[in-house]
Amino acid sequence: MSPARASAVGAAFERAAAERRAALVAYLPAGFPSVEGAIEAAIAITEAGADVIEIGLPYSDPLMDGPVIQEAVHRALTGGTQVADVLHTVAAVAAAGAPTLIMTYWNPIEQHGVARFAADLALAGGSGLITPDLPPEEAGPWLAAAADNHLDPVFLVAPSSSDERIKLITSVCGGFVYAASLMGITGARDSVSGQAAGLVSRVRDHTKLPVAVGLGVSNGAQAAQVAAFADGVIVGSAFVQRLLAASSPAEGLARVRELTGELAEGVRSGR
Amino acid sequence: MSALDELTNAYLAAKSDAAFQSELTALLRGYAGRPTLLTEVPRFAAHAGSCRVFLKREDLCHTGSHKINNVLGQALLTRRLGKKRVIAETGAGQHGVATATAAALLGLDCTVYMGEEDTRRQALNVSRMRMLGAEVIPVTVGSRTLKDAMNEAFRNWVSTVEYTHYCIGSVGGPHPFPMMVRDFQRVIGVEAREQIHQATGRLPDAVLACVGGGSNAIGVFHAFIPDTSVALIGCEAGGDGLETGRNAATLSFGSPGVLHGMRTFVLQDADGQTLATHSISAGLDYPGVGPEHAWLQETGRASYQSITDTEAMEAFLLLCRTEGIIPAIESSHALAGALKVGHQLGRDAVLLVNLSGRGDKDVDIAAKWFGL
Repeated sequence: MSPARASAVGAAFERAAAERRAALVAYLPAGFPSVEGAIEAAIAITEAGADVIEIGLPYSDPLMDGPVIQEAVHRALTGGTQVADVLHTVAAVAAAGAPTLIMTYWNPIEQHGVARFAADLALAGGSGLITPDLPPEEAGPWLAAAADNHLDPVFLVAPSSSDERIKLITSVCGGFVYAASLMGITGARDSVSGQAAGLVSRVRDHTKLPVAVGLGVSNGAQAAQVAAFADGVIVGSAFVQRLLAASSPAEGLARVRELTGELAEGVRSGR
Repeated sequence: MSALDELTNAYLAAKSDAAFQSELTALLRGYAGRPTLLTEVPRFAAHAGSCRVFLKREDLCHTGSHKINNVLGQALLTRRLGKKRVIAETGAGQHGVATATAAALLGLDCTVYMGEEDTRRQALNVSRMRMLGAEVIPVTVGSRTLKDAMNEAFRNWVSTVEYTHYCIGSVGGPHPFPMMVRDFQRVIGVEAREQIHQATGRLPDAVLACVGGGSNAIGVFHAFIPDTSVALIGCEAGGDGLETGRNAATLSFGSPGVLHGMRTFVLQDADGQTLATHSISAGLDYPGVGPEHAWLQETGRASYQSITDTEAMEAFLLLCRTEGIIPAIESSHALAGALKVGHQLGRDAVLLVNLSGRGDKDVDIAAKWFGL
């Protein structure tokens, strides 16, 4: 079910693999600290070594997010961020050279219109959509729209996913498979979950797509640990935490650059 | 998804297990106080076009509302799943109190998530839950009401699903919750249908219930769905009124969307962001509604009307003063609906109103409202 045309996300994972390292995937919500501030931060992260960017679409009820991303998203929405701003963010970040996906809860897509959203995302230069709360059973219209617009549909697997479910999910995934390292919500953890490696290996039994691990990875050492067994390392809350803690936009940019450098080294030293 | 599959399988097995059903029935009779009474309220009915009004007295259930019906079922199921802990969201605190009660009864750990705003306006229930041994966590994000309590409960559940059952209190959330909670609550309508038949020799012209998430309404409606002569009328929280935008009347003013794992009517903006709601009643202050209600509205089998805070409070005081029954503010929305429908149908009509809960928890709010 992968798109016929080579996907930009797939190509980024292939480049990383050719360098015998894991890809670094960074998440930032649009609209935080401001629409332009998020764009600058995402571009800074790309320049400092991230391979793929995920732009979060701020949603009023972020069920799978911990306090850090909740706070950023809350500020983005209070600041008036709309779906149009998210698409604008994707266009700006993609134009700067990074394959860019949107990560979103499902309701905003449904309200925008699934086909219309896919067309708008493709027009903005986006590469795909990560949909944590869309079960594949309900994804028919989105999968059709994604195929029409050469977008990667990325779905999540979790340590609790049965082999049967992993088979179903990977059969509709494109670009990469998002493996949640643990049963829980987003946010930095002291150590990488012991369940992640086993999950990645179970996913590989069903697909040749790259498998990227997210949830709880926040520093270079953890990135190295995950890079030893996964094709990609996804980091979100740690970037957002840097922006939340910064006393000025310039300091925020400096701190996300610094973190990207540390993580980029991590994904290179893991193997 | 695997937790939902596990729960679906366990529930379906329990549903057809005679031992489970007889244990639940015994608890409903010997502990919760079922069957609850059906009470005719003629002095109240004199204000409703002089028709006959009967109240299904869920306010007389142990813990003070219909919530105990569902919670006893889910608590037994928790034990059957081999889990040691239950969590719950609560708005008015009635579901939280019921869950804390069942947890104490069956020796389960219990954590209840409650919006900070609601912990203030329903402080009595916070004390009751703590007295029963439950941990009450005030939720300080978002609108600090029921919706955000549910968000926090879901977040905790995914992190603790191995040993925790999420005891959802309404007919919402992902499958199997809307079906399962409906099944546990339908005893209300099954009893009431027989009781009103005995009292009047016929079926009522209309059945009324308040609707937030919609569990008491589905509970009383369900047995009457095949009786097409019986109008099913849900009363939503109109808050300050339609024109103000400050309400929680999802079926009246919402549109189809996805919230909390269900596809249903949602109060939302053009971007699909959930809107802030308002109701004087914490238990109805929710921007979604059980999907079965959306279906009943779409098929025309049930209709839903919006009752303002003012109308609900007038009906609240009227029942206090004419019948000596203090209703919950939630249930007062259904009473206000009955006053309108009684006038429309006239003196030959028979109305059944689900009095879903008692108003002890609401006396501070009511005293302030009426300046008493």
